[in-house]
Amino acid sequence: MDNYEFHWNVVFDAFPQLLTGAYTTVHVSVLSMLIGIVIAVLLALGKMSKTKAFYHISNVWIEIARNTPALFLIYMAYFGLGAYGIHLSPYFSVLSALIFINSGYLAETFRGGFQSIPQTQYSAAKSLGMNNLKVYRYIILPQMFRRIYHPMTNQFVWSILMSSLGILVGMEELSGETQRLQSTSFRTLEFFIVAAAMYFVITKLVLFASSLIAKKVFKGELS
Amino acid sequence: MNLFTPLSWNDTGFILTGILNTVYISVVAIVIGSLLGLLVGFLRAESNKTVNVILGTFLDVLRSVPLIIQLILFSTFIGVMGFPLPPFFAGAIVLSLYTMAFMSEVFRSGFNSVPVSMIKAARSLGMNYLQTVRYIRIPIGMRSVFPSWLGVAQSVIKDSALVSVIGYMELLRTAEQLISRTQQPLMILLGVGLFYFMISYPLSRYGKYVERKMEI
Repeated sequence: MDNYEFHWNVVFDAFPQLLTGAYTTVHVSVLSMLIGIVIAVLLALGKMSKTKAFYHISNVWIEIARNTPALFLIYMAYFGLGAYGIHLSPYFSVLSALIFINSGYLAETFRGGFQSIPQTQYSAAKSLGMNNLKVYRYIILPQMFRRIYHPMTNQFVWSILMSSLGILVGMEELSGETQRLQSTSFRTLEFFIVAAAMYFVITKLVLFASSLIAKKVFKGELS
Repeated sequence: MNLFTPLSWNDTGFILTGILNTVYISVVAIVIGSLLGLLVGFLRAESNKTVNVILGTFLDVLRSVPLIIQLILFSTFIGVMGFPLPPFFAGAIVLSLYTMAFMSEVFRSGFNSVPVSMIKAARSLGMNYLQTVRYIRIPIGMRSVFPSWLGVAQSVIKDSALVSVIGYMELLRTAEQLISRTQQPLMILLGVGLFYFMISYPLSRYGKYVERKMEI
């Protein structure tokens, strides 16, 4: 340690670029969550469906997403699809891999949340004269949303952290940008310390915002 | 002259080394991470607020910084300090600490799940503090969190793929090198994916099975 001098100036000069990288990180994570949620709903429906083909497609998708490393799926999107003549940019390969994984995990979360609500509640609501739409709107979905809220937040944080794998395919998110900047200045340690701190701050902000929203929406009745 | 040579049987040994290295570093990280996690989880379940805040912050950092950044930071840091470690040790240290951060949370909830009345009953039967830990809290607490433990172990196996960034020759890195030589990314990657799937899928099925059995 004696002969290492920290040079923070280079990092501070490059801070705007790091912020741009952080923006891309958040951007890709948010997109992967939003699209992931839509697909996850379909997959969850598929997993509960009686149509064989729909069930099997959902099942295979979910199990591959849950049981293979994220890095493998990113490589598949980046190098593997090239064999079919599909050449994705680093941004789109990371995005598509994250969407694939998020939808697989969220589908299981949604299914679990849905099945945790007893069937008797459905029947009870029906017997009170509610139609199907009302049963879901007032009875099933509000309870379900409470149960899947925390797992969804965790999945979002996971997406932010895992988008850092973009560094390996040359994507210009926070890690990739850090990698690029340190390679021209050779202040590896300083740059990655700052990047680590930025990831920490981003995840803390997300968790803080999530708990604020939970307080507003659920009024403290989160199961 | 053809620069690229196709995949041949001679590569089997190379791939096998990668597979063994992946299994090796995963097992090391899971074992060390679980033992440390058990200790830290116990400390967190037992200690007062101050200790909890300090420990909690440290674990929080480990959980909120991407593993890949931790790996790069650690290997750069030890290099700068003047103690460069072989990739295996650097990777195993970071991966074990990362595992510990998740395991400690699992084990803490396990310790907290043991009813106080049960511990009091054990004390009234004449067990001392250590005996209640050894015979009551660890066996009963740990049993209830086994599915979560399995889940963390499964994700560690998947995350071990990231150790390739600091130069450890695990499965994905051997695959990468084969790809750059053979230029057949699809087949090699599919093989790698299949291997991870074959390890991870039975674990997840078993976890679900145990979970269902516990519910009844």
